[in-house]
Amino acid sequence: MQPILSLQDISYSYHNLKGETPALTHINLQVSEGEFVAVAGPSGCGKSTLLSIIAGLLVPEQGKVLYRGLSPSDYCQDTVLKIGYMLQKDHLFEWRTIYQNVILGLELNRMVTKENTNYVLKLLEDYGLYAFKDSKPSELSGGMRQRAALIRTMAVHPDLFLLDEPFSALDFQTRLAVSADIASIIRKTGKTAILITHDLSEAITLADRVIVLSKRPAYVKCEMPIHYDISREDPLAVRSTKEYQDYFNQLWEVLTDDEPIL
Amino acid sequence: MTNPFSEADQPVSARQEEFLRAHHRHHHKITFGRLSLFILFLGLWELAARLSWIDSFFFSSPSGIFKYLAQMFADHSIYGHTGITLLETILSFLLVTLLSLAAATLLWYFGSLSEILEPYLVVLNSLPKSALAPLLIVWLGTGTNTIIVAGISVAVFGSIISLYTGFCQTDPEMCKLIYTLGGSRRDALHKVILPSSIPLILSNMKVNIGLSLVGVIIGEFLAARRGLGYLIIYGSQVFQLNMVITSIIILCLIAMAFYKLIQSAEHYYKKKY
Repeated sequence: MQPILSLQDISYSYHNLKGETPALTHINLQVSEGEFVAVAGPSGCGKSTLLSIIAGLLVPEQGKVLYRGLSPSDYCQDTVLKIGYMLQKDHLFEWRTIYQNVILGLELNRMVTKENTNYVLKLLEDYGLYAFKDSKPSELSGGMRQRAALIRTMAVHPDLFLLDEPFSALDFQTRLAVSADIASIIRKTGKTAILITHDLSEAITLADRVIVLSKRPAYVKCEMPIHYDISREDPLAVRSTKEYQDYFNQLWEVLTDDEPIL
Repeated sequence: MTNPFSEADQPVSARQEEFLRAHHRHHHKITFGRLSLFILFLGLWELAARLSWIDSFFFSSPSGIFKYLAQMFADHSIYGHTGITLLETILSFLLVTLLSLAAATLLWYFGSLSEILEPYLVVLNSLPKSALAPLLIVWLGTGTNTIIVAGISVAVFGSIISLYTGFCQTDPEMCKLIYTLGGSRRDALHKVILPSSIPLILSNMKVNIGLSLVGVIIGEFLAARRGLGYLIIYGSQVFQLNMVITSIIILCLIAMAFYKLIQSAEHYYKKKY
């Protein structure tokens, strides 16, 4: 089957007057429809750069990004593949209510129709935020804000979710619950997702496949499919399985084999 | 959402009552202090003038000011002079606000434009604007136009710079959110930059109203036959110090009223968001 996303030999460098900082070198990556992929790597290795390139916010200096086999120069990217991007912070605007925040994407794409707003209201209801739809973002807890941010992303019916460490601002306890929660929401819709994280255990708990990047300039060091016999609904149960331990040890070794951690 | 343990439902505890009483006592003390300072000052001034410790011809006196004020009310001259100064200040304040918002928006929207214009803005902002007044008189003649332009010139450059700086300090991640949702730079302006800058715009207006008043008074000193600035300069020339000081006091009241007005707009905004 045609992969939904394919990165071919992507390289990217940042430039300033002092010189050039290569961020990504020769990245090759394929993601198939419905897959949940996690990209892990040391901090500052260019993970976010990779997401920006996938989202079309940055143009790679070398290589090609293909959406369902087509390059964005052939087609208007939006018609081939709609991308939903979740940033590290929820960035819910304090001057808008929760409802006004989650329809922001619809407003920007001139998609505010009865059908779409009903869909958003249904999402708010499904994820327990309906009672807060007229509240200000500051009245919500961290987990609820992340859910609102997810609904804002889902409102425009994306085919591919890009998650840029969306849980890193949460405290550990909330983080476990919210990450499992959001991953299961995305899984249920059958949509494809790429999660960026520096937390190896989060990657192993949530993803179908973990991709490990090297330190900067980043290349793909290792890809590992992840499979559990139990359901992933309960993050703590997953984390106490034997498979989890094995995956963790193997990937930890890959992640740290050529560089000292400290 | 109602919290079953919210403070509203609980009876006020004795300690809370004590706190409230102490708060009110403190509040009364401050008000009393302010009032007595004012009365003491007026009393001393009047006494000094009556007992000829100071020459009331040069220093005026509270009773003299009061008499002059009553006379201005009686011959209705107060309305004309105060009205024209108010009108000029409000017009130049509104124009400053509009112009600087428009200019800052353009500068933000076109990054290269702001880089090109930066040195010019800095020079114009640091230039003492009173130096421009004679030029304005030659170009625009004496009258309301010149005075309004003088009011604008004092406030507008600083206002552009501070608004533009504020726009640039908006969290770039918020703009990135707009781009990830498929929005353009224009969308970022409408949905992020402008709404997030409302507190900045309001506090900028507070500064502008004061500066506009400064510019208008400078303008009236040089190019007016009416207005409080004219009364001050005319009064000093004919040694009518009552006229000068009364005008200054009316100016104080105007400045305070404007400040309070924008402050209440700020409070309204904070309550709403």
